Amino acid sequence: MSHSVGEPDMKAPESAAAPNDMPTSQPPASSDHPAIIKVEKLNFAYGTARALHEVTIEIPERQVTAFIGPSGCGKSTLLRCFNRMNDLVDGARIESGSVQLQGVDINGPDIDVIALRRRVGMVFQKSNPFPKSIYENISYGLEIQGMNNRRKLDEMVEKSLRGAALWDEVKDRLHTSGLGLSGGQQQRLCIARAIAVEPRIILMDEPCSALDPIATAKVEELIHALKKEYTIVVVTHNMQQAGRCSDVTGFFYLGRLIEFDQTDKIFTNPSDKQTEDYITGRFG
Amino acid sequence: MTFWELQLNDIREQLLMMSGLTEKVFSTAIRALVERDDKLADAVESEDDQIDQLEVQIDERVVTFISTHGAVARDCRFVLMASKISSNLERIADEATTIARRSRELNTEPLLKPLIDIPIMADTAQEMLRDCITAFVDMNPELAIEIIARDKTVDSIHKMLVTELTALMIESPRAVTRALNLMRVAKSIERVADHATNIAEEVHYLSRGLDIRYNQGLKGR
Repeated sequence: MSHSVGEPDMKAPESAAAPNDMPTSQPPASSDHPAIIKVEKLNFAYGTARALHEVTIEIPERQVTAFIGPSGCGKSTLLRCFNRMNDLVDGARIESGSVQLQGVDINGPDIDVIALRRRVGMVFQKSNPFPKSIYENISYGLEIQGMNNRRKLDEMVEKSLRGAALWDEVKDRLHTSGLGLSGGQQQRLCIARAIAVEPRIILMDEPCSALDPIATAKVEELIHALKKEYTIVVVTHNMQQAGRCSDVTGFFYLGRLIEFDQTDKIFTNPSDKQTEDYITGRFG
Repeated sequence: MTFWELQLNDIREQLLMMSGLTEKVFSTAIRALVERDDKLADAVESEDDQIDQLEVQIDERVVTFISTHGAVARDCRFVLMASKISSNLERIADEATTIARRSRELNTEPLLKPLIDIPIMADTAQEMLRDCITAFVDMNPELAIEIIARDKTVDSIHKMLVTELTALMIESPRAVTRALNLMRVAKSIERVADHATNIAEEVHYLSRGLDIRYNQGLKGR
């Protein structure tokens, strides 16, 4: 029988011993925001190329966590480890270590990957709405899950579009193509699609890199609003975006987590010189 | 060096130039008082304008840097503190101007009393200012903390002087004008030490990222 990952009734195991390869700092634990994802000593490789080295990190629940670092530093690889998107890459494998979602090892043999991805949604760099209507973009995932009640579907579509701050802009043209929306609207449609299946976590891989400043501001506003209900992990190359949107920030370099701390600490007085040199633009 | 590092360097160089000029005008103001020399007092006033202009220029560069580069971490601390330090330097120069003006007035009458405590007070304030510049150049937070501790010496001499000058005014109404001028000079020197203390706190924050104003951040040291 496969585990339905992240269900509230799943009991978390006893906490492991403190890892010995921690970054220079870790955000303080908070009872308001306990760790929803725990990564311990994760080593990950694409073929023979090691992409992540001994990464240990705890993602706080209902907070926005930003991953920053130069290209190739492993931040997107780690993000994709959270919903096993790396399974789709030839030769990609976890060499050692673990990723736990609410105490369950998501790489365990019994894990239902589809259920995992329902709990851990994803929004990509380039918006990728289905070539269907706005309505169907949202309802599709729900119908696959077996929801057939039209009224219930209507409710969920509206709720999701409202949640993605898109409802007012599209309510009069729900049955027109999603591809007819602007880039920023398409990205918010993808966020609406992700939240329709009621995930616990939303992963965002450079969600604003293809958007203009106004559309970016709307998505950032949305990220801020969504954290009341969801845990958000966002990969970004935009330092100011990480500073504006996130509560905690992890800086990665050459596959290692160099520093992980409160965002205001990282952007005002980071503990590690490499972090400071990167965010001030001295390298990377 | 990248172009934005050059911009930061420009701000730093202007701040150092302003520090040097401020130290000079304060020193000149004290000499104008002690040596009873009106020409030195005039020189102080003429240099004050240049210091005002430097403050404006530094602020312009800081605003430009923040607007165009979105400064973070040590760069953010640097530009913010550069603006605050330049503001304190400009106020020190204003106090020097006040001392120079009062000196000219004092020079029109015989000395009320030998100047002993005021030069001691001024030496301490001047040393604080000079060490602030050293702490800034060396990014030395320990020296910044030492500077802050010296402010109490200046405060205690100031308090003593006020008591002494008040007694002189009670004793002799003819001493009132000169005593009031000396009191204002003493107050200006005391304010210079306060501004130097502010700069030391700013240098500490700049170098260590720890705000020690109002004794916060020093607890448990």
